[in-house]
Amino acid sequence: MKKLTYPFSPEAVRELKVGDMVLITGKLFTGRDAVHKYLHEGNKSPVKLKNQIIYHCGPVTLKDKKTGKWYVTAAGPTTSIREEPYQWEVIKDHGIVGVIGKGGMGQKTLDACKEYGCVYFHAVGGAAQVLAEKIKSVDGLYLEEFGLPEAIWELSVEDFPVVVTMDAHGNSLHKEVETLSKEALQKIL
Amino acid sequence: MAKKKVTKKKPIKKVTKKIDPKKATLETLVELIRVTSTVVPKDVQDVLYEARKKELQNTSAEYAMNIIKDNIELAKVKSQPLCQDTGTVIFYVSHPAGFHQTPFKELIKKAVTEATKKGYLRQNSVNSLTGENAGTNLGEGHPSIHFYETKGKEIEVKLVLKGGGCENVSAQYSLPDTQLGAGRDLEGVRKVIIDAVYKAQGKGCGPGALGVCIGGDRADSAYFAKKQLLRKLNDKNSNKILDQLETEIVETCNKLGIGPMGFGGKTTLLSCKITHANRVPASFFVSISYMCWAFRRQGIVIDKNAKIKKWLY
Repeated sequence: MKKLTYPFSPEAVRELKVGDMVLITGKLFTGRDAVHKYLHEGNKSPVKLKNQIIYHCGPVTLKDKKTGKWYVTAAGPTTSIREEPYQWEVIKDHGIVGVIGKGGMGQKTLDACKEYGCVYFHAVGGAAQVLAEKIKSVDGLYLEEFGLPEAIWELSVEDFPVVVTMDAHGNSLHKEVETLSKEALQKIL
Repeated sequence: MAKKKVTKKKPIKKVTKKIDPKKATLETLVELIRVTSTVVPKDVQDVLYEARKKELQNTSAEYAMNIIKDNIELAKVKSQPLCQDTGTVIFYVSHPAGFHQTPFKELIKKAVTEATKKGYLRQNSVNSLTGENAGTNLGEGHPSIHFYETKGKEIEVKLVLKGGGCENVSAQYSLPDTQLGAGRDLEGVRKVIIDAVYKAQGKGCGPGALGVCIGGDRADSAYFAKKQLLRKLNDKNSNKILDQLETEIVETCNKLGIGPMGFGGKTTLLSCKITHANRVPASFFVSISYMCWAFRRQGIVIDKNAKIKKWLY
């Protein structure tokens, strides 16, 4: 088990390889369909994303009635491939060094990871409780107008469990599994 | 010394609260939503825990299955959603003749709103034209409610929460499919089902479970396929041909090596349930509804006082 601790950097993520099981401690920003489209259209990000990690996640959030503070009750990853048209650009223009999601991403993202120093981390899809437990605080909410699941949530996490499935060296576990399963499929059919 | 106060014994009145049937039904429906969202049915849990043992040690597949197990336990204890995508909310209501559907529909809607406020459901319903999220999980077609009049005397409510990730990898094929070499026969059906599982890779949060319908028109075929998800994973298809096909599909798909989350591994598919419907000679559809490992399905029988008489799964 490897550890990745805030502040993050392209150098630190370049050390990681496909198959590494990693515990992330520090800051994450959620961002999914609406946010990626918004950034792609050239809008300015309300938060500085340089050297940050984006988490493809639409959490279930509730506001504490007494303190008025937000807290997260469920926060698993959403399918990443929907951001494939935009992700490479967000890596290039905003300098993010990590993407957390599920299901993996395509060649454009893989190429951008290699060129700019970024890694794709796979969280376990559906494991919303285990992952919510690792969120220690909600530190900010931006672009609330997109609806709560689609907004940007600034989160502090501790030992957030992920697996590197696309590294900064052009390797992708998704490509590998797809090739192997295709061979198996052809034998079956 | 303080004197003991002598209190007259009052005759104990039996307070019988009048049950407000609307309120009781509402509570019952919210409870059904809570349990569906936070607890995996036993038949699913059994298959998942069995699959966990099959993965090789110290692999990312085993790691994923361990997190899945932890998540199932944590969600139950904390009474919070298994997955943040609490999905399309689909109700299947069976009722005797004379039952009034309209007021029951209104109560279901109220229960959905209430469950959303309590965090059992995410604010998950978006207007397809405007992109607006009202935050209530109500809107055109939401929640999805199906009513069935039965000969029975009881009201039975089943609920499925169908996540978007697995819905997106669900598929419909039209036979023949020349690319796959799939003809209009059971062999062709087998091929397209396996192809759907291959195409899903890890994107539907595998290991997954399938509901399949052979035949029907496009709409009914998809509807019947999804309804197969109401079957317990350990049941047996009464149709021998389909029973055999179900077993074969699971065995074959687990040779694909896609594994939990698509990390590579032993278990790609937990189960496959198949039904069939007549078709017109010109069409031959096969519909496949893919359900993620966080298989959220529950059901209840409601008694006369609108309380839960029995859990169905």
